Parts: sequence; structure tokens; C-alpha cells
Amino acid sequence: MMDKLPKWADLVLVPLVSLLLAAVISALVILAIGQDPMEALNVMVTGALGSPYGWGYTLYYATSFIFTGLAVTIAFHASLFNIGGEGQAQLGGLGVALVCLALPWPHWTLALLAAGLGAALFGAAWAAIPAYLQARRGSHIVITTIMFNYIASALIVFMLVDVLRPAGQMDPATARFPPGTNLPTLDQIPGFNLIFTKTVPANVTLLVALAACVLVWAILWRTRLGYEIRAFGRSEPAARYAGINPFRIIMITMLLSGALAGLMSINNVMGESERLVQNSTEGAGFIGIAVALMGRNHPFGVLLAALLFGFLYQGGAELGLWTSIPIELRIVVQGLVILFTGALDQMVRMLLGWLFRFGSPRAA
Amino acid sequence: MDFATLIQILDSTLRLATPLLLACLAGLFSERAGIFDIGLEGKMLMAAMASGAVAALTGSVWLGLGAGIAASLLLAALHGVASITFRGNQLISGVALNFLASGITVLVAQRLFGQGGRTPPLDGAARFNHLTLPFADAVRDVPILGPIYADLLSGHTILTYVALLAVPATAWVLYRTRFGLRLRAVGENPAAVDTAGISVVGLRYAAVAITGILCGLAGAYMATALQAGFGREMTAGRGYIALAALIFAKWRPWGALWATLLFGFFQALALRPDVVEGVAGVKIPVSLLDALPYILTVLVLAGFVGKAIPPRAGGEPYVKER
Repeated sequence: MMDKLPKWADLVLVPLVSLLLAAVISALVILAIGQDPMEALNVMVTGALGSPYGWGYTLYYATSFIFTGLAVTIAFHASLFNIGGEGQAQLGGLGVALVCLALPWPHWTLALLAAGLGAALFGAAWAAIPAYLQARRGSHIVITTIMFNYIASALIVFMLVDVLRPAGQMDPATARFPPGTNLPTLDQIPGFNLIFTKTVPANVTLLVALAACVLVWAILWRTRLGYEIRAFGRSEPAARYAGINPFRIIMITMLLSGALAGLMSINNVMGESERLVQNSTEGAGFIGIAVALMGRNHPFGVLLAALLFGFLYQGGAELGLWTSIPIELRIVVQGLVILFTGALDQMVRMLLGWLFRFGSPRAA
Repeated sequence: MDFATLIQILDSTLRLATPLLLACLAGLFSERAGIFDIGLEGKMLMAAMASGAVAALTGSVWLGLGAGIAASLLLAALHGVASITFRGNQLISGVALNFLASGITVLVAQRLFGQGGRTPPLDGAARFNHLTLPFADAVRDVPILGPIYADLLSGHTILTYVALLAVPATAWVLYRTRFGLRLRAVGENPAAVDTAGISVVGLRYAAVAITGILCGLAGAYMATALQAGFGREMTAGRGYIALAALIFAKWRPWGALWATLLFGFFQALALRPDVVEGVAGVKIPVSLLDALPYILTVLVLAGFVGKAIPPRAGGEPYVKER
């Protein structure tokens, strides 16, 4: 077969063409529900990228998606499909809430460290059970992590309604976190405040997310553990033959994955809402799947894809505000991106292969 | 718990197990042919919206049913193209189609009816009505067996009986017909089927199409029989529970019946906190009951399945030798 692409094309063009296809179909969907796709794009770009205020939201969403995207990425490298990021992130939120409400924290740096630890621990714990069941009992991790998403949301409802809700409060949420836990938003950080003059939700967690990208890259490509994870993901029998313990790799990878998903909640729970509410994750755990696929399972790609989805989310919210296109258009685009980058990638490669052969001088 | 309550709970068990059973059998055809399908959920949702919408617009539940099956087949075809023709990752394709369905259903329902992504409530000929089996009223007074016949087995919609009949039908097709033999073979060893001169691609598309039809029935049941109309995310994970039931059933038709009845029973219990509390003797939070079907699914997957061996070629795209 001649449809082997140059490496740069495979890395750059395949996701871009997938994105283009997703965008074209989304435009057709918008046309089909009787709206104007160009106007929609205009509203999205203006709302998400046209002002520092818009960027503040775009970066806020992107921060969450970096964490969940990295969570899916690291699991993918071990050939594990973690669909449970949503539940793990919700549990991470519970960890954050428990830490923030436990003590009158003197300074946000201490609170961030402790809450980050709580978020990672709770997220990892929620991933541990499906991981164990996969490693020891062979229960398919895709099904168990999906079930754990549903169990997590029920557990959070129980905790909020019956345990953490302050007496006399009607809505199911925790009390407000004490002021010592409030994370500085970008408009309060020297340097960033030159651009962001008004209050924005994007906060210092963005820097933590960037550090997480570097950390995950280092783990995967610069440590022995990362090598073992990737070897296991490529071929379990080969890894086993090389003395790699499958149980250990599955457990460690899923704990890391769950911890990363859990860490997301320092962005939304601690940094933005400053209390734990129902459905705090708003689907960000699922976006992680699209982000990881779009980012070709590389932390740098995840960063770019997270920015793209941050744009999509903020832009989609603006659509819901200013046009009669329902906000659910975001889920359609998300589904299309996952479809083209993750399942129809072979089709995209074939398409590009034709283009390449068409463009290059024909051999006699 | 008295006998009448038990009959009531078993009656709603049957009612709630119907979509699970149809979806489970749908998954069975696909996975027996070697195509994993976590997109059962999305197909059901799409079918629920299409059938709810068309039934609301035309007033005919049968046209609704047809639309539901067509919508589900459309997604099934997409899954087939991605996983059979282009040999993509079947799990990811399923996840993608679930998201697609989740968004599209709301967009379309909002465009058609402008009621926040719901379809208008259905009644009369736009819904499947409850059938009374022959002699149901005559035998009601017979002790034990009377209520079982008249209140438990009778009084469901036609789709429930279709689902129950689909079990022996599936078993017959799978184990007693040439098509069934080939279907099972293509899920275990597609190369052998290919060598025998039978089209692997054709068989797999046929299996995926059957999956689409059965999911269409399941989704239409949700919107036009179980509920009166479509609501956003109304399938609420039933497609995934059906998958879990399929594993529990070890990919066998009769097993699928018992497994989905069990999961239907869990769902029926979650609707009756009073009964659960009466039996357990302590107050149980509603959220625990909501989570019960999912927790039990995990428990079942973790321990009580015995050894569940999936079809050997499941999830593997078939590459023809050259």
C-alpha cells in the first residue's frame, strides 16, 4: 500500500483534517437546524477570543481539559481506555472540598498544596477499584469506569444532600470555602494582570496544569516507569516476557490517570466556584477523551487540543446566550472530533494519502 | 412485603427490563460477530428521540417506531463504516457516537418543538397501549397463579412481548441457522470464514444492522411505551447496563434474558424505597438506591460472572490477506 504518510503529515495534518471535517459537518448541522454557521463562528470567535474577558474563560476551561486530557493520555499509553475521568474528577472535587473546609487555611499556597493532594488522592482512589478489577479479575475497564461515573454522581449527591450541606441551606452544596483557600485569578497575578484587567475565572491552576504537562511528558519518555507503561501498551505478552508486571503497570497507570483527573477540580471547585456543587465537572472528564485523541496522546498536543476545546466551550456558551443554537452543539462537535480522530483516522489517512500522491510528480 | 407488592415490583421489573433486553440482544449480535459496540446507548437515545418526535408529529406510534429504527440504523451504519470498512477503534467509535447522539437529539428536538429538547407528551394512538392477554380478567381470582398471569404477565405493551419472543428467536438464529453459525464463526475466527469464501465484511455489516434494528426497538420503547415522549438523556446509561448484562450473560441469548431481568429488578427496587426500607429495616438514602443498579453491575462483573470469555476476534478489525 502506498498510503504511508510522512511523519509530520501524520502528526499535524491528520488532526487538522479531522478537525476540518468535524467543523464542516457541524456547519451542516447548524444549517439543518435553520441557523447561520458563519454567524455562529463569528459569535464563537468574538466571545471566546475577542477580548481578555473571553480569553479568561477559554483558558479556564482549557485548564480543566489539560488535566482530563492528560488523564486519558497516560492511560491510553498503557492501552487502557479510562472513560471514568468524569467520576474521578467529581471525587477529586470532594477531596478538595474536604481539605478546604477542614482547616482555617492561613495562605492559599498551603491550601493549594493540601487540596491538590486531596484531589489527586480521591481521584486516584476512584480509579483504583476499576483498575484492580481489570488487573485481577479481568472486568473490562471501559464498562467498570462508566459504572463508576454513575456511582460517583450518586455519591456526590448523597454527600452534598445528607452530609456536607450546612444546616438551613436549601441547595445541595457545601458551605463556601474560607477566604484563605481562594486561589489568585489571572488578573491578580503580576504579569498576567497587564492583560487581564477585569476578574476572570482562569486562575493559578493554569500554571499547575502546564507543570503537569511537563511532568507527564517526563514520566512517559524519561523514566523507567514510562518505558514500562508504553511497552505494556504496545504489547502485553512482550512486556510480560521482558519481566514487566502487568498488575503493577495497570494499577500505577490508572492511579496516575485518576489523580490527574482529580486534580482538575482545584481549577473549578477551588479556583472558581469556591464550594462544591452538584455536577461540578460539567462533562470535562469526557472532553478529556477528545482532547487526548486530538492531541495524539502527547502532552504538548494535549495542551493545544485543550486550548481548542476551551475555545469551543466558551464559544459554545456564547452561542447559547446570543443565538438560538442550543449549547448542546458542543457535544456534537466533541463527538465528531472523537469520531474522526479516534475511529475514522484511517479514513483521514487514506484521504491524505490520495492528496499526497496527486500532488507529487507521478512515477513513470 | 406482601404478595401484591411483590407482583407489583416484578411487574415493573418486566417493564424496566424490556429496553435492557432489547439492547442486550442488540449487543449480542454485534459482539458475536466480533464488533464491540458501546454505542448501544447512543442508538437507543437517537431512536427514542426520532420515535417520540415522529409519533408526536404524525400521531401514529407505528410511524414513530419506524423512524426510531431508521435513526438507530443510521448510527449503526456509521459504526459499521468506522469499525469494519476503515478498521478504526471500535470502543472509541462507540463513545463518539454516544456523544453525537446526546447532542443531536437535543438540537433536533429543540428545533422541532422548542420545548427545551423534549418532545411534546404523547397520548392515544401516538403511544403503545397496554395489551390485556386473553382471559386475564377471568383468571384474576385464582390464587397465586391468577395475579401472576393477570397483573404480571398481562398488561404490557406489544414491545415487551416482542422483546421476550426475541430471546428464543435469537437463540434459534444463532444456533440453528446457517447465518447464525457463520455469524458466530466470524466473531471467533474471521480468517476461517474468509477462507470458506464467505464475506467477513458482509456478515459483520449484517450483524451491525440487526443491532441497529433492536436498539431502535429499545429506544422507541423508551419514548413511546415506558414514557410518554422523549426527554434529554432519557436512556440514562441503559445502553451500558445492557452491555454489562451481556457480559454477565456470557454472550448467550437465554442468559441475556435472566441478566436483564435481574438488572430490571434492581431498577424496580430503586423506584420503591419504601419496600427496600421495609425489608432492610433501616433508612436508606435515595441516592444509594439510584446507584444500586450500577453498583450491582460492578459487583456482578467483578465476582459472579464466573469466567466470561468474549468472542475471540472481538474488537479486532479483520485484514484480508493479500
